[in-house]
Amino acid sequence: MIPASFAYARPTSVDEALQAIAAGGEDVKIMAGGQSLIPVMRLRLAAPETVVDLTRVTELRGVREDGDSLVIGAMTTHSDILRDPLIAQYGKLIAEATETVADPAVRHRGTFGGALAHADPAGDLPAVALALDAEFVIAGPGGARRSVPASAFFVDYLTTALEEGELLVEVRVPKLGEGWGVRYEKFNRVAQAWSIVAVAAAVRREGSTIAEARIGLTNMGSTPLRATATEQALVGADVSLETVTAAAAQAAEGTEPSSDLNAQADYRQHLARVLTGRAVRAAAGL
Amino acid sequence: MTQISVRVDGASYADDVEPRTLLVHYLREQLGKVGTVVGCDTSNCGACTVHLDGESVKSCTVLAVQADGSEVTTIEGIAEGGELHPMQRAFHEKHGLQCGYCTPGMIMASIDLLKNNPNPSEAEIREGIEGNLCRCTGYVNIVRAVQQAAGEMSSTAGAQA
Amino acid sequence: MTLTEDPTTTADGPAKEVGNARLRKEDARLITGKTTWTDNMVLPGMLHMAFLRSPVAHATISHLDVSAAKDRPNVVAVYTGQDFKDEQGTIPCAWPVTPDMVNPGHPSIAVDTVNHVGEAVAIVVARTRTAAVDAVEAIDVDYENLPVVLDMEEAVKDGADLVHASTSSNTSYHFVFDAGEAGTGSDTDAAFRDAEVTVSRRFVQQRLIPAFMEPRSAVVGVQGDNYTLWSATQIPHILRVMGALTTGIPEHKLRVVAPDVGGGFGGKLQVCPEEILALLVARRLGKPVKWTETRSESLMTAHHGRDQIQYIDVAAKKDGTVTGLRVRLLADMGAYLRLITPGVPALGAFMFPGIYKFPAYRFECDGVFTNKVPTDAYRGAGRPEATFAIERIMDELAVELDMDPMELRRKNWISAEEFPFTTVAGLEYDSGDYEQATQAALELLGYDELRAEQKRRRESGDPVQLGIGISTFTEMCGLAPSRVLGSLSFGAGGWEQASIRMLPTGKVEVVTGSTPHGQGHETAWSQIVADELGVPFEDVEVLHGDTAISSRGLDTYGSRSLVVGGTAVVKAAEKVVAKARKIAAHLLEASEDDLEFSGGKFSVKGTPGAGLGIQEIALAIFAAHDYPEGIEPSIDAEAAFDPVNFSFPHGTHLCAMEVDTETGFVTIRKYASVDDIGTIVNPIIVEGQMHGGLAQGIAQALYEEAIYDADGNLTTGTFVDYLLPSAADLPTFHTGNTVHAATSNPLGAKGVGEAGCIASTPAVVNAALDAVRHLGVTDIRMPLTPERVWRAIHQGGDGGDRAAEGSNAYGGARTTESGIEEAAQ
Repeated sequence: MIPASFAYARPTSVDEALQAIAAGGEDVKIMAGGQSLIPVMRLRLAAPETVVDLTRVTELRGVREDGDSLVIGAMTTHSDILRDPLIAQYGKLIAEATETVADPAVRHRGTFGGALAHADPAGDLPAVALALDAEFVIAGPGGARRSVPASAFFVDYLTTALEEGELLVEVRVPKLGEGWGVRYEKFNRVAQAWSIVAVAAAVRREGSTIAEARIGLTNMGSTPLRATATEQALVGADVSLETVTAAAAQAAEGTEPSSDLNAQADYRQHLARVLTGRAVRAAAGL
Repeated sequence: MTQISVRVDGASYADDVEPRTLLVHYLREQLGKVGTVVGCDTSNCGACTVHLDGESVKSCTVLAVQADGSEVTTIEGIAEGGELHPMQRAFHEKHGLQCGYCTPGMIMASIDLLKNNPNPSEAEIREGIEGNLCRCTGYVNIVRAVQQAAGEMSSTAGAQA
Repeated sequence: MTLTEDPTTTADGPAKEVGNARLRKEDARLITGKTTWTDNMVLPGMLHMAFLRSPVAHATISHLDVSAAKDRPNVVAVYTGQDFKDEQGTIPCAWPVTPDMVNPGHPSIAVDTVNHVGEAVAIVVARTRTAAVDAVEAIDVDYENLPVVLDMEEAVKDGADLVHASTSSNTSYHFVFDAGEAGTGSDTDAAFRDAEVTVSRRFVQQRLIPAFMEPRSAVVGVQGDNYTLWSATQIPHILRVMGALTTGIPEHKLRVVAPDVGGGFGGKLQVCPEEILALLVARRLGKPVKWTETRSESLMTAHHGRDQIQYIDVAAKKDGTVTGLRVRLLADMGAYLRLITPGVPALGAFMFPGIYKFPAYRFECDGVFTNKVPTDAYRGAGRPEATFAIERIMDELAVELDMDPMELRRKNWISAEEFPFTTVAGLEYDSGDYEQATQAALELLGYDELRAEQKRRRESGDPVQLGIGISTFTEMCGLAPSRVLGSLSFGAGGWEQASIRMLPTGKVEVVTGSTPHGQGHETAWSQIVADELGVPFEDVEVLHGDTAISSRGLDTYGSRSLVVGGTAVVKAAEKVVAKARKIAAHLLEASEDDLEFSGGKFSVKGTPGAGLGIQEIALAIFAAHDYPEGIEPSIDAEAAFDPVNFSFPHGTHLCAMEVDTETGFVTIRKYASVDDIGTIVNPIIVEGQMHGGLAQGIAQALYEEAIYDADGNLTTGTFVDYLLPSAADLPTFHTGNTVHAATSNPLGAKGVGEAGCIASTPAVVNAALDAVRHLGVTDIRMPLTPERVWRAIHQGGDGGDRAAEGSNAYGGARTTESGIEEAAQ
């Protein structure tokens, strides 16, 4: 299929992008890598009047350090992420999840910020960002910037805290260095498919106890979720199969996943428990 | 209409395109590069895979305007001086194709795979071409072809170094 | 840039080509992108067609206004069913399986009523494809919904809502084969009455989508009152006849060309509504037109396959000897009957007994209308369904009898010395050795080691359990003896045609009526001709797929090409040699009887050295200066071959499967198969066909299913939700062959195109069940989604229905109503 006709803007800076978005009016779509947007436009499920293409906004591309944080530009592609030495050192959870996104050709175009702003609960990166308590840096119409924590960023199905006229600029995540173990446990039916359920786990051990645990759930509701009960049960617990299994049994608490042809809700909840156990065991080095 | 200039398989083109024109449709319909084909509308099948500035992309999920100023390589541009690319030869010698419809994309994806990982394991090959669907071969001979090309290309690279 | 190899020669002349692993001639254009797909075709002044398709499954069209679409820029015409109702005829159905079969007719474009989602309602014809697609959105249409019929078991009940108001029920036909009545077996009722053990099951053959990689495409060129239809079709010859009969274009004024065709798998064995409409629009406008479908259009509107509910009963003695087989099918026709829709399950009727010596057999099938896209041929067409049912229930019987499943099979299969063997279904199996193939497959798999590992895993309560599944199968190939097809009321014969043209330079053109779409005919036919005529492989060119070049043919399906079409080539070559012999005798001044023909050369017996090559004779007869009186100056020849029997490939397929009992995820650990497909012409092509067939059969078991929601919408309408396996989802296949030549053709070939697809599906399902049977699981519905496997293990039953809602990828179906809420970056 061929997308419906649209006006096209190709800014080269954030300021130009904000102007283009403002000029585009109500029915504007911001295109990052386009790997989700172009297919829905081809299927004519989306028919924006204006598309603002960010691929030439080079200032939004790249990963840098800022103290204890990694700062990831919104237009950093998935394959950039997988090649980045800072990510390799401090962002292993992001790297593991990114490796599972679609396929290599899609990862060449698709971007970190695009995947987060799209906020598809079946996407792999939102749950990772949530588990990491990422901070979303957003530029507003006048260029003013504000920061939104991940817990407030994902509002609903395909809906974020981004307001009309705003642009996601970069994402700050804490460096997970020494002592942290991570695992992105993805469950899907064929390799290139979206997650039916996936679990992003990061665990910091102090000796034989778990000092910190961060667990994000993919596709267990209309937004990514934290497995809060499991996290709480893990912190301070001994690293053992029993404690991890018991904690993982609470992973689906409070979730209301959807039912579709890949999984009905009760099975998704079961998967969340099993996969959480596996992810935490791997992250904790069990 | 937006004016673009793009280099495709070594030749330069300048054209006016609608922003909504997909790169694959530009290649096929305006440039006559019909070796690259369309197999789906959701970027699942990979039949349309080409290289954009040296990286594999699904040309059905890139706008032609986005290729402005870029270099595109298609299946029609990888043989040099009348010699088949080692990947093309390997697909032939290992019977890595039947109907041939997925083949252009599969070959372009496989070349990209080896660029990033010159000596892949079988599992890495299978994962590396997971974005390209073939309905004929069951993939066994495609994997064999990529293995053969990997062997040849790395030994050639070694000889040049 | 050509692909050349050194001709294989020895001191004694060319080596045999048949059996040689020749690399394919076809590849040269396919690996370089120098292809001729139908969609590549551009004709001067060509217009583009796009369809408005019904979004509802069953409705009357209460309002249809195309005026706004007509006013759109670059739109040349917009048509509805009203415009073509008097000339569109009906999509032909060539297989009325019973005399009283109900065929309500199949309009190419809906006139008053739509009967499935995706049915064409209006056609926009425009200067560009983009303009056509845009204008479709300007068409104003309203529907008045009618009750939607989806469930076959409901549809056949008294008082059920009807798909077609013109019919009295949703049953199109009731087809019966009873071995007792046919005289090929004993009384089935008696067999079950006297049985020591009976096992009954209900199996579901889910609906599949052929999903050839090249979407369908049609281009019509107009030359006065002559029309050329280029189409991505498997069947240019059948399409020409049927297209002419349907549109009224005289057959001699319609040429059909199948250029490079990107796969078919039965899915392009069709006279498509869009092909007919392209002809009608081109005729109406006097202009060339093109239509190329999108993938979502293809999944929604090209015919589907399988979709049966199978009730199967087996009767046996306590020692495992089978005594009777009873099969009752509900077969989903969809909304209409297309080319061989009703015949697919009927073709399967003869294969349910498999390789076993059932004394009694009865088969009944109801063809049932529903508000879905029609079903028709898909790789195997009737035989995979039958093979699945018999190979699944043999395992169930083994469990019931507490017997080893292979022992049960061995006890009942036809032994090597019993060939040729006439089965209870009346078929004469030609040749084979089931024991030999089985032994080879067991070794290839490493059966004993895997059984030992299975035991260890069971004993340790490993969450990942291991199972081994068996499928010992046969199938009928080489479609088909024309008289047999006639007895089954099929609308055509099953012969094939070939001609050989000897060019002055000694090069050879072979014209075949069997049109390939990926199988490698050009290579294999060249090998056959190289041997028959003793000419170099490289000197042979194979022509096909254009009714102006290949005027007679019945095309490619049913693993028939080599068996029937290849034999026709042999027969034509024999005629060429016979004609050349007369000229050789004349030029060598010898008696024909004293000539021997070997390595492409006629020589006089006992006179070594002297002789005349057939390629030299080709030049001599072109010049025609010196040839015998009373014969024509040509050694060209053509032949048609009509087989006297089917051929019956067989094999043993073994699948080792790991089942994660915690998640239900299944992983093929190892797959091994040994197939007997008769004489092998080209081993690498054969291996490739096996691999591809295995992938599709495994995909039926594990991944693929066309799902409709309660309103009749196809949920699996893109490759996001209709899952084809990628390289990362399939294992390496370990394949081998035994060779018992077919007895019905001189090549000894049995056919290989469908074997892997037919055999593998039950092996995979049996393997999964073998892994978890000790947990109380007796059946799991296909495809074996992780959810179904998990439910079967932990909740009992067969895993049940899947939820009908599509996944939320790309925003899923939810976006259709409100659009995507947030900026999709």
